[in-house]
Amino acid sequence: MKEFVEGSHAIAEIVKSCQPGVISAYPITPQTHIVEDLAQIVADGKLNAQFVNVESEHSAASVVLGASATGVRVYTATSSQGLFYMQEVVFNIAGMRLPVVMTCANRAVSAPINIWNDQQDSLSLRDAGWFQIYAEDNQEAVDFHLIAYRLAEDKRVMLPVMVCMDGFILTHGMETVDLPEQDKVNKFLPNYKPLYKLDPADPMSMGLLADPDYYMETRFAIQETMRKSIGYLSEISKEFNDVFGRDYKDLLVEEYQLKDAEKVIVAMGSVCGTIKEVVDEQRAKGKKVGLLRIISYRPFPYARVYEALKDIPKVAVLDKAVSLGAYAPVAVEIKSTFYGKKKGPKVISSFVAGLGGRDITLETIHEVFRRLTVKEVNFDFVDLKPELLKEEYGE
Amino acid sequence: MFGPLIVKPINSKGDKTGSWRIQNRPHYLHKDCIACRMCLLICPEGCVHGKEKNAFWADYNFCKGCGVCADICPKKDIAMVSEESKGETKE
Repeated sequence: MKEFVEGSHAIAEIVKSCQPGVISAYPITPQTHIVEDLAQIVADGKLNAQFVNVESEHSAASVVLGASATGVRVYTATSSQGLFYMQEVVFNIAGMRLPVVMTCANRAVSAPINIWNDQQDSLSLRDAGWFQIYAEDNQEAVDFHLIAYRLAEDKRVMLPVMVCMDGFILTHGMETVDLPEQDKVNKFLPNYKPLYKLDPADPMSMGLLADPDYYMETRFAIQETMRKSIGYLSEISKEFNDVFGRDYKDLLVEEYQLKDAEKVIVAMGSVCGTIKEVVDEQRAKGKKVGLLRIISYRPFPYARVYEALKDIPKVAVLDKAVSLGAYAPVAVEIKSTFYGKKKGPKVISSFVAGLGGRDITLETIHEVFRRLTVKEVNFDFVDLKPELLKEEYGE
Repeated sequence: MFGPLIVKPINSKGDKTGSWRIQNRPHYLHKDCIACRMCLLICPEGCVHGKEKNAFWADYNFCKGCGVCADICPKKDIAMVSEESKGETKE
């Protein structure tokens, strides 16, 4: 059923359709309307779930960890500092192979305090063992939650999924969204049946000490599962298309006007809408430009990226995040995709834009295409205000 | 693929953690024991066994040599002896 709704509200509605048994979140800034709406839905009796109010994000993550270990479907949402406060538990959830689904409304991180959008929060947790899928618009964000539960609870996977959607731009943006009907959701997403669960009748321990004799295997198993999951993502997206009539190719990357393109931008998230606009504009003028959108950042689809970009001469990677002191998070993956390969772009330049909610306009994208020349640049900040920068602190 | 994820109760019982003991071990003298069970109750490893007077013993497969049994014994009937001392051998 199509509705004109706010992104956060759409997510709350789809989470309701997924019927989690336990929802826990800490509703402080930077939070979104997602859990606010879910709290209302539970209070109105429209969803038979326990909504656990906690005193911090660390506790929110701990509650969903514990609840998930007892074999119930769980949900939480956070962003930015809240996600960082969850960090310890975030690693635990993955290590214990619990199929938690979390929405990360991507926002900048302190200090200085900034509640606006960029992707530094989730990208800094890239090594946690969670799937990270980035939505371009609210329709995708809604659909990705269904796919996230299906993927996380797959018996071959059993890993948590972070659905990343750009804070404000998507979470507070109004769009027409096709909210899936309950019967279709039930068809696509069967009830969660855990592999193991905490049960007094059949006691067991989870996530306890693994000395050097055991630890490495737990890590290898996650790495191996992540690698294989690239195939599962394609498989599940096909099934999703059949049930809901959508058109997702494989949920790894989206290729936009890549055929015969000479200059291509690689990016993630909502900024891709803006880039597509510029690509269309340039293509109309006969310029050969394109876009490669990364959807799944973890696991990273190296093979698909290689296939998509191997014949492109110039590639610009546009990051909405920085890894301070190193190449930007997406750029480093694109560069490593082509290391030691015979084919590949002559130039892979890396650009950083839109940090802390600075708007990425059509002009920003034009500027990126202009700066993408034969000379490779790295972590080149676009739309920087040099007048705000000083060499020395104080007078 | 999964690594070692869960542990069922009693699984770790085969781990002979008594090898962690480095200095002293309790030596039950079996002279003045009144079977008060204090040593059995206070043992953090739960490795003291026995019911009758002068019949309590510590399982060295799990005893860490912390000495709280010797400390709490009201009759001073448990002595902490060096690992190197003769008599009972470390199992």
